[in-house]
Amino acid sequence: MAALLEVKGLKAFYGQTQALHDVSFEISDGGITTLLGANGAGKTTTLRAICNMVRTEGEVRFDGKDIVGRATEEIVRLRIAHVPEGRGTFTTLTVDENLRIAAYTRRDKQGVKDELERVFTYFPRLKERIQQQAGTLSGGEQQMLAIARALMLKPRLMLLDEPSFGLAPLIVQEIFRILRRINQEEGVSILLVEQNAALALDLADYAYVLETGGVVMADRAEVVKNDEGIRKSYLGY
Amino acid sequence: MEQFLQQIASGLANGAIYACVALALVMIYVSTDHINFAQGEMAMFSTYLSWQLMTWGASYWVAFAAAVVLSFILGVIIERAILRPLHNAPVLSVVVVFIGLLAICNSMAGAIWSYLIKEFPSPFPKSSFGIAGVIGPHQLGVVLVTLIVLGLLFAFFRYTPLGLAMRAAAQNPSMARLVGVRVDWMLALGWGLAAAVGAVAGVMVAHIVYLDPNMMGGILLYAFAGALVGGIGNPGGAVLGGFIVGVLENMVAFAGNQIEKTTGIYIIGNGEKLTVALIIVITVLTVRPAGLFGRVVVKRV
Repeated sequence: MAALLEVKGLKAFYGQTQALHDVSFEISDGGITTLLGANGAGKTTTLRAICNMVRTEGEVRFDGKDIVGRATEEIVRLRIAHVPEGRGTFTTLTVDENLRIAAYTRRDKQGVKDELERVFTYFPRLKERIQQQAGTLSGGEQQMLAIARALMLKPRLMLLDEPSFGLAPLIVQEIFRILRRINQEEGVSILLVEQNAALALDLADYAYVLETGGVVMADRAEVVKNDEGIRKSYLGY
Repeated sequence: MEQFLQQIASGLANGAIYACVALALVMIYVSTDHINFAQGEMAMFSTYLSWQLMTWGASYWVAFAAAVVLSFILGVIIERAILRPLHNAPVLSVVVVFIGLLAICNSMAGAIWSYLIKEFPSPFPKSSFGIAGVIGPHQLGVVLVTLIVLGLLFAFFRYTPLGLAMRAAAQNPSMARLVGVRVDWMLALGWGLAAAVGAVAGVMVAHIVYLDPNMMGGILLYAFAGALVGGIGNPGGAVLGGFIVGVLENMVAFAGNQIEKTTGIYIIGNGEKLTVALIIVITVLTVRPAGLFGRVVVKRV
């Protein structure tokens, strides 16, 4: 499979501090790739670097085009949707507005309407809450809303930062089932960052393990999952 | 009784002006956390622009519309050229820039059009407008025009995709970028709209306070009081706050006059109206800093 996103020698900085040293990886078109690693390994920073939310050096190619240094909003408009860590919603806006904002440049009202309906087939719960303020939703619903909003961007690649964070196991399972459907039915490639390695390895087909700002290993997800050595030394379970 | 109604009516007319300027202040505050001290002087400059157009022969409403559009463009330019380079600067630097902007607008208006006080016409016909003995034609017109402008703005923010994008950019800029909103342009647009609303207020009030480079000084203070009363982060509250302050200052002066008339003791009158605004500012800040309709924002550290 061709690579949708190629990252080579990626470095990222917070002020004077270098958070990523030399990260290289690829995401296959149509696949689910996961980035694993302990706290502070640089998983979130890698996602932020792809979207140019931190100072970045190196090479990031999306669909063959170098995107390093482009403004975040322009990268998003190339159809890379980033679901940030924590409840990534506009809390004072309604569910409806949260979803529509992702389509605000589009002029075809009917198209946006159809898009909304399609998104609701994945998240029927959000449809029930359509006029509610996002801040009043439960944690799981807010996470769903953030993913639904990303879907409204019609993404080719979805970057997900810890979608399981702070949620009850049942909700997490539901969200991961939906992610698999989105991947299969919409053909959206996914880059998933997770603390919960077991969960992520079940969903993903390829895994990279990060440690202190660099990639220390890469393999197919089931290989990583079944390798006790890797699990014990890097993933802690 | 008639006097009382008159005072309420003129309070509402003044309040409409304060509401516009208060809204302009709040629009910039919610997206940048800064109070634009130059808002009043920018509005004054806009008013001179419309006056200039009128002396060149434009009709009142043409000059009004042109001044609003020009102010919008100037607001956008000011944000892009002056504020943009400062977007990571500390608060005090920005405050200094605002005060500089205030001084520049003021002395530029003085240099171009002189400091002599000028009369400013009213577009509202004396014969068919207003209710005799209660509200004058210009006052009624001011209230109507500002209500229309505020209604349009509300509809824009509430029902258009661009308005939604601007609200999103104000609430959470980094998240807005992640859904493809060009946040920098939303800020510039916000400045443009604030300047345009200010222009409406300036042109409307000029007939009442006359045109001179210092005409907006007191009004900015009232508007700030109004914005505080309503809650500095709440556009709807600021508008209501503007009206409240407008009526309140008249009521206080009216009560003062009545007391003087009946007892002969002078406590407060028309001359001390501005004090009312200052008292409101201090009271709100000490008793209820979030204002009537504002929410207390708790910041995690």
